[in-house]
Amino acid sequence: MDHVIAARAQMGTSLAFHIVFAAFGVGLPLLVFIAEGLWLRTGRRPYYDLARTWAKGMAILFAVGAVSGTILSFELGLLWPEFMRYAGSLIGLPFSFEGFAFFIEAIFIGLYLYGWDRLSPIAHWLSALPIAISGAVSAGFVTMVNAWMNAPTGFHLQGGRIVDVDPIAAMFSAPWLVETLHTTVAAYVVTGFGAAAVCALALLRPGTEARREQIRAGLTIAMVVASVAIPLQWVVGDTIARFDAEHEPVKFASMEVVMRTQRDAPITIGGIIGPDGAHDAIEIPGALSFLAAFDRNAEVKGLDRVPPADRPPLAIVHYSFDSMVGTASLLLLIAGWWVIVALRRRPVSRPLLYALGLSGPLSVVALEAGWFVTEFGRQPWIAVGLMRTSDAVTSAPGLDLAFYGFSLVYVVLGATCWWLLRRVGNDPQRGARASLVEPA
Amino acid sequence: MTAALGAALVGLAAVALYGVLGGADFGGGVWDLLASGPRRDAQRAAISNAIGPVWESNHIWLIFAWVIGFTCFPPAYADVTTYLYVPLTFALVGIVLRGAAFVFRNYASDVAPLARTWTAVFGASSIIAPFFLGDAVGALATGRFAWWSPLALGTGLFAVALCAQVAAVFLLRETPDPMLRADFRRRAVRATFAVWILGLLPVSIARLSEPGLFAALTGPAAISAIAIAMLLGIGVLAAVAFHRDALARVVVGAQVLAVLGGWFGAQAPALVPGRWTFATAASPPATLDAFLVVAAGGAVVLIPSLLLLFAVFKGPARTA
Repeated sequence: MDHVIAARAQMGTSLAFHIVFAAFGVGLPLLVFIAEGLWLRTGRRPYYDLARTWAKGMAILFAVGAVSGTILSFELGLLWPEFMRYAGSLIGLPFSFEGFAFFIEAIFIGLYLYGWDRLSPIAHWLSALPIAISGAVSAGFVTMVNAWMNAPTGFHLQGGRIVDVDPIAAMFSAPWLVETLHTTVAAYVVTGFGAAAVCALALLRPGTEARREQIRAGLTIAMVVASVAIPLQWVVGDTIARFDAEHEPVKFASMEVVMRTQRDAPITIGGIIGPDGAHDAIEIPGALSFLAAFDRNAEVKGLDRVPPADRPPLAIVHYSFDSMVGTASLLLLIAGWWVIVALRRRPVSRPLLYALGLSGPLSVVALEAGWFVTEFGRQPWIAVGLMRTSDAVTSAPGLDLAFYGFSLVYVVLGATCWWLLRRVGNDPQRGARASLVEPA
Repeated sequence: MTAALGAALVGLAAVALYGVLGGADFGGGVWDLLASGPRRDAQRAAISNAIGPVWESNHIWLIFAWVIGFTCFPPAYADVTTYLYVPLTFALVGIVLRGAAFVFRNYASDVAPLARTWTAVFGASSIIAPFFLGDAVGALATGRFAWWSPLALGTGLFAVALCAQVAAVFLLRETPDPMLRADFRRRAVRATFAVWILGLLPVSIARLSEPGLFAALTGPAAISAIAIAMLLGIGVLAAVAFHRDALARVVVGAQVLAVLGGWFGAQAPALVPGRWTFATAASPPATLDAFLVVAAGGAVVLIPSLLLLFAVFKGPARTA
């Protein structure tokens, strides 16, 4: 395997794996906090059982998220040392903030998971709050680094060398706000629909009658979070697309397959992507110009503005973008359906339960596709205009072996994690005591 | 230079805390693997309960040190990650499998084959991680990134012994059962002897094959740190023998700090010997200053949180 491809494959696999766990790490503490709060308020047992069940899932997901996040932080140096050598002093600050946020997360998750009998009920409930906050905050800080890679700032170049380093300005690169919002809201979308899907599928399965009340409560809490998050994500996503049209035109043109700079640009959906653009695609005339600037005559910058060597891989960016928007549309419809049923206080029908069961995988597809858009859409650069990905890679040999090795690790971790979570879902009592192994 | 020194000190503090706290968690895994005798399962349960609430936060000292590396000393960091790619990758695999296996084996505790498999992975990876981290430190000290050299491999073995010793001492206060405590007391004594023998190993190898490093190790700063570490080792034995378990914790922690002091004393002011010092590798002052402000602000939040965690789970109530 080519050296750079091997490094990119390993980094990409690591990110694709970690991002799902990271999303649940941000969202689940909020769900647990709501469930336990409802128990404290109402004293109703199903809420307590729900909090305990979700906490067990959180323990497994958080541990795998922590170790897969460690892989990523090591890979920054092990795979891309030349990038870190060049840019470490610029991007280190958000990582330092994130380190502290991660610390708070880990400390309070220890207190929460092992503290059921050691803390007062209120103190225990409140210990979920720092997990929820620091989880969201750390996701934001990590995304600030990604924002910088999309739009490097906070320095001057002098003969190719970085001078006048301003790490605060580097933290707040142009896309920082839209990107961090998009990522953080995505975590709530995935957790909300993911948890709702688990509950919906449990309601469809025989043998869960004894826990119906708990599962219904879980479905409601998860769908409230999802139904707030998904329309919000549409607003943020629309904003970020408009931002990209202006500030990251190459990525935007790849998403929408705009080959030449033009007015009255169409929206292109699907199609067969060749080197000269999309064929047999659905086109909505003028819609892209309108969405990008609320003016059908607005000019949209095309890929013709940059030499072919500086263009991202067109097909994967475009299909990923369409997948993200497509799945997000379905999620919006499913959430709308649930909201109407819930507001009219109707029971959740079987078709809706099937749709909710589907929403979990759909939300993960949306998350991964969105991440693909921003990462592939930035290529061939690791930091746009500053350093190419191929110049950032390590000179250490044997990267393909490491890629296969870590891929195997992910398969084993993923499969075990899935199996354990299914067990927790099927029978929360079995094999999953809070203190894990009871003291002798 | 002063800002670079400040960042270096924060980095050293993170490494030291990881050495003691993270090291104790790895050592717990070592004793989990070596659990034996009539109380084998009880030993493992005590280890699980001791590690459970704290391993994730102890682990973050490593991430923190790593972040300080690329934020404050990027060229030195890039050289280390390039030329020590192999030991760091193996250490990473160990770290990842340790954390995952610890959680998996506990959640699968009622399915015997899975629990056995993940328990074995937990123990083995708890040796792999400190061995290769120690190996990387030894390789760095050789000044030529020779991670396959006898010195580096010897340092790896020493690191594993050190972790096992700290863990055994810490475990003395993690269980109210006198029989279990006697088990861990024997292990603490044996591990301290192992630390003594394996601690002399890198020094002896340096004398034979690394003259430059040996000269540095026998310089005033390093030699006094090593002498203090050896004396503190005797202190650990005495405290453990006389059942002064709380004192033993402090002494064994101080001993680890003295060992690290010996390393830094031999190497300072070099960060990567022959290539980078703390001053030449340092980021621009703007970055260092900003980092120190973040670190100070972060400490205000972090320290009370950590104290709360340890007060809840590591207080005297556990041994009452």
